[in-house]
Amino acid sequence: MSVEAREARQPWILLAPALSAVTLLLFVPLLFILVYSFWLRTATGADQPGFFLDNWREALTDPFYRDILLSTLRIAAITTAVCALMGYPTAYFIARSRGDKLLMVLLLMLPFWISYIIRTMSWINILGASGAANAALMALGVVSEPVNMLYNEAAVILGLTHYLLPFMILNVFVSLEGIDANVEAAANSLGATRWQSFLEVTLPLSLPGLAAGGLLCFVLGAGTYITPLILGGPRDAMFANLVFEAIITQLNWPLGSALSLMLLLVLGALVAIYNRYLGMTQLMKGLG
Amino acid sequence: MSSVLLKNIVKRFGDFTAVHKTTLDIPDGAFVTLLGPSGCGKTTTLRMIAGLLDPTEGDIVIGGRRVNDIPIHKRNLGVVFQNYALFPHKSVAENVAFGLRYRDVPKADIPRRVQAALELVQLPDLGARRPRELSGGQQQRVALARAIVIEPDVLLLDEPLSALDANLREDMRVELKRIQERIGVTTVFVTHDQSEALAMSDRIVVMSAGRVEQVGAPEQVYNAPASEFVANFLGASNIVPCMCTRRGPEGATLEAPALGAIAVPAARAPKLREGPAKLVLRAEKLQLLPEGAPCDGRITAPAVVETVDYQGQTVRYFVRIGERQFQAINLIEERPFAVGARVVAAFRPQDCAGLPGT
Ligand SMILES: Nc1ncnc2c1ncn2[C@@H]1O[C@H](COP(=O)(O)OP(=O)(O)OP(=O)(O)O)[C@@H](O)[C@H]1O
Ligand SMILES: [Mg+2]
Repeated sequence: MSVEAREARQPWILLAPALSAVTLLLFVPLLFILVYSFWLRTATGADQPGFFLDNWREALTDPFYRDILLSTLRIAAITTAVCALMGYPTAYFIARSRGDKLLMVLLLMLPFWISYIIRTMSWINILGASGAANAALMALGVVSEPVNMLYNEAAVILGLTHYLLPFMILNVFVSLEGIDANVEAAANSLGATRWQSFLEVTLPLSLPGLAAGGLLCFVLGAGTYITPLILGGPRDAMFANLVFEAIITQLNWPLGSALSLMLLLVLGALVAIYNRYLGMTQLMKGLG
Repeated sequence: MSSVLLKNIVKRFGDFTAVHKTTLDIPDGAFVTLLGPSGCGKTTTLRMIAGLLDPTEGDIVIGGRRVNDIPIHKRNLGVVFQNYALFPHKSVAENVAFGLRYRDVPKADIPRRVQAALELVQLPDLGARRPRELSGGQQQRVALARAIVIEPDVLLLDEPLSALDANLREDMRVELKRIQERIGVTTVFVTHDQSEALAMSDRIVVMSAGRVEQVGAPEQVYNAPASEFVANFLGASNIVPCMCTRRGPEGATLEAPALGAIAVPAARAPKLREGPAKLVLRAEKLQLLPEGAPCDGRITAPAVVETVDYQGQTVRYFVRIGERQFQAINLIEERPFAVGARVVAAFRPQDCAGLPGT
């Protein structure tokens, strides 16, 4: 066998274990879901195999699903914006600090050592009727009755921000680190103030990182199901909660399958647009 | 265009002093080179002039105005960084136009001035390209165009040629000097390459470990080094302990073992007093001749070749003269001497320099 042929084969040999795992654990189940979404749940509760478009018709035309999809995308968008506004300055601070950057990044990862569910539930102890925030407000005499801060959309956005902010910071940090410090100095030497050189040089050069962080926050935020369950009220259900509802509560696998594929398609389209304009390499850098 | 004056400048990073008390006067329009080994504080000095670092002590005066408290963006300096630091997201023309947009230049004039600057660096057709689509030498020229298009008072260059390969470096050296002479801007150039410094500068500032060792014209620094460090940093020198037996207005007489009496001109022994001294004999000035060759008035000594380091056009010998080993760098005519050959080492006394010392 020639050297070229061997070299061409090598990546595939190396990739084989990962590829088989992805195929078995991701594509095969997804295929099942796809098949399921065309089945029909009969009145008796049994699933009838076949090729029925009923689930898809219901998922795509029922205003109930459409409204929740839109509000899911809205919540994800707001969360992403909040993460960007809070994360960018933090990432900038870490990237430009003279201290131990590695330690700071490590501290950033610290929350990941605690389960996401527990981190989310901790907000109940902070924002609940007998939580820390209300206790403080009452002790200060600002309010006399506990204020209702939980189980609304704001609490969901807060919980999501708490969960997603590190992803944003890491992505922006990586792209800021990749910018040559002399480039900003060069802009200053040419007459730009620090703010002007930030706007004209640093910010544009870090946009790929901001976009990658934004995509991650948006996709993870839009697919979340635990946060609205724990911190949201009955009317704050997000799309993933509907899937849960359909499959686990109503045992309607065909409808749940169609709904979950719908969310997958919307988010997939978003990733495709991102990939078209910015490419995946930036996202990989931020994750690695 | 402006002169630059550093008055008792000190720069400390924590406990570490990167630049010790330094005073330096750079006249208007001069091309001054800061020369020294890695870590001697060249970049630190340059960045203080630029306003990228604050001096711990001392004043920086540009064009008669103290600029310590003037931020970099108001100093009107052209800075070229070692890695060029072009804006990767802007085209070549946008890079060059950057500084003009922050000045009172009428918008309509900008393209013309950008084009003129690109022509000056001989890249008239590349305005639309991105920096990553340029070669290293081209990026270098763009960085230079970007720095000079704003008509800076002072041009600051931090090892601008060090990332280029040897041939290109020599071309750019000539080119840079041509442009500097054409626009006549006061220039501070940082390098650790002695030949670059000798070829380009009006004046060389030799630095070592945060201190200025010597300031002078290239010939002066080369021919009359003020210290052993300078003698060795600008090419290889033989430093021979000797005695200064006579010191007069026309020169000094040095007595060195195995070499005899050497009359060094006064200009090359400014600090010499009678007493212990050091003779500086450049390796290029020590010529090896076959035994019995005519030596027309030069000082000669019998020598034995110990090591031959062949370098193509030249050859570097280590020879023994009396008790000491000497270095000699000679052009190759015919064939180099072989190891063990008995030769005559010859040099002219007026090529030597004298340093005070024990
Ligand atoms: N920000 C800093 N903090 C601490 N020490 C520094 C800092 N910047 C430079 N130094 C030290 O100051 C000394 C001089 O550094 P400088 O960059 O001026 O050297 P240089 O002469 O330009 O060397 P090179 O030829 O390698 O570029 C070095 O020993 C360096 O380690
Ligand atoms: Mg340097």
